[in-house]
Amino acid sequence: MKHSRGSNLFQACLITFMIILCIVMLYPFVHMLSISFSTPAEALRLGIHLYPQQVSFFAWEKVLGNQDIWMGFGNTVFRTVVGTVCSILFMSFGAYPLSRKYLPHRNVYTMLIVFTMFFSGGMIPSYFLIKSLGLLDSRLVYIIPGLISTFSMLILRNFFQNIPDELEDSAKIDGANDLRILFQLVLPLSMPVIATLSLWSAVGHWNAWFDAVLYIQDPSKQVLQTFLRRVVITGENLSMFAADVKGSELGYQEPIKAATLMFTALPIIIVYPFLQKYFVKGTMVGSLKG
Amino acid sequence: MMNPVHNPEVDGKKNIFNEQPSKWATTWREYKKCRYLFLLLAPVMIWYAVFAYGPMYGIQLAFKDFRIMDGIWGSPWVGFKHFEFLFFQSPDFLMILKNTIIISFLHILFGFPAPIILALLINEIRSGAFKRVAQSLTYLPHFFSWVILSGILITLLSPSSGVVNYLLQLVGLESVYFLGDPNHFRSTLVISAIWKEVGWGTIIYLAALAGVQPEMYEAAVMDGASRWRQTLSITLPTIMPVIVLMFILRIGNVLDAGFDQILNLYSPATYSVADILDTYVYRVGLQNFQFSLTTAVGLFKNVIAFALVLATNYMAKRFGQQGLF
Repeated sequence: MKHSRGSNLFQACLITFMIILCIVMLYPFVHMLSISFSTPAEALRLGIHLYPQQVSFFAWEKVLGNQDIWMGFGNTVFRTVVGTVCSILFMSFGAYPLSRKYLPHRNVYTMLIVFTMFFSGGMIPSYFLIKSLGLLDSRLVYIIPGLISTFSMLILRNFFQNIPDELEDSAKIDGANDLRILFQLVLPLSMPVIATLSLWSAVGHWNAWFDAVLYIQDPSKQVLQTFLRRVVITGENLSMFAADVKGSELGYQEPIKAATLMFTALPIIIVYPFLQKYFVKGTMVGSLKG
Repeated sequence: MMNPVHNPEVDGKKNIFNEQPSKWATTWREYKKCRYLFLLLAPVMIWYAVFAYGPMYGIQLAFKDFRIMDGIWGSPWVGFKHFEFLFFQSPDFLMILKNTIIISFLHILFGFPAPIILALLINEIRSGAFKRVAQSLTYLPHFFSWVILSGILITLLSPSSGVVNYLLQLVGLESVYFLGDPNHFRSTLVISAIWKEVGWGTIIYLAALAGVQPEMYEAAVMDGASRWRQTLSITLPTIMPVIVLMFILRIGNVLDAGFDQILNLYSPATYSVADILDTYVYRVGLQNFQFSLTTAVGLFKNVIAFALVLATNYMAKRFGQQGLF
């Protein structure tokens, strides 16, 4: 198909605009990566940073040699892995019964659940609840209060509903009970949506920080995001890098901030290709549900 | 005519069971039949009772004066005292409500059309490979927390060493203190939120655009319609239902002005333009221990938000959309 001159001109402008937009999206991350590998003097150089003109690994050495950041990393990995597995299991437990049309009072249970999407107690009452349950300063606070996302559970329920009844009926004739049907028939058939929901949950856990700010005082139980927050936003943690700063490293703050930030962001960047594939699919599932 | 008293079937059953099975017995039988399902559902419903409905017990704090020794239950009732204080005496509350609404309104005014425009542009790209790359890169910032993105923004927007001010000066403009100057803080919030979410927001519109039938464009070209004309007369009307639905859903969240973003970016210098309901609850409630007052603020927000959800859902249905429930 031949294109007119006007249409070619439009394409050229469009592609130029999109390239600029992509640079705007990507450049900030390149900038931070470059700063993290820079000497303090290079980090303070005014201008564009695509790559460090004076390379230095001191920031990464200090960040990777810091015990607290690894503690935060451990806690974040813990909540991401355990939290995601528990969430998916627990949401399946809720979604499967609610997907069975013959479940007595199914609509009552569904309404009770859906209502919580639109009305909640608020921040202060939640804080008092967590406090009275003794979950303050416990790692369980990362797992239990966020165990269920109602939205995700409804997506899962809708997916279960679309599995043909005949499969379930024939399994029942073979003598399988509901638990076996869930684990050996329904869950294996639902792997695509479970992959998507797991990624949602995992990214949510990796990025979560406010529950740690709210409920956790003990420094050994902090997560990576709160550690980063205390380096780049409140600055409280910067001083812990000040010990054994050599003469050439004065003005160490910027590279340290950048290295901590990239350390926190890197796992997401590494899994990004997978994220993209499943996230986009999953968003379609969510939006098509109606 | 069927006379229920002489219905032979019922009479037959009566003879066997001697009495009609009660409603409770029927229910019990149904539940027993589904016992494994309820074994699964029970822990989930208990979780909801504790963690979703549990906090609602604490809402009474909004009508009490919290005393730490007495706990939530034992603290004395004070009626609407906190609400009266908020609306008629508090120096902060009206400012905070105003900030919330203004910031949210700006987010909608600029942030809502942005992904629609971007989706229309991406849809026009001819090269499939470039299209995919452009999509991948514009989605990227969506996946990072506001802690990470705020860290980046603080570096890039610094008035002395930031690259954005460097570029501004390069083209002869004054350098701007984006994060510290109350005059620029709200625009910074809106633009950085667009940076994070615009790519991600295109997904739903691109899905809708994929549903436009190519024959319609071919027919329009035959009639000599320009590309702009095609967009106005074919593309936009096709995706309009999705736009309307997204807009209605967005209005339902109008009191969410971006808690994560603001808490990480604002400072005492910008409280006057950026302190919103949620940040106020956190700062004054949990950091200054004004529990009752801020519970009242939270309750105010939740009630309005709930009413808005109901209203927008009703509107969605009136527009012929499915609605949420």
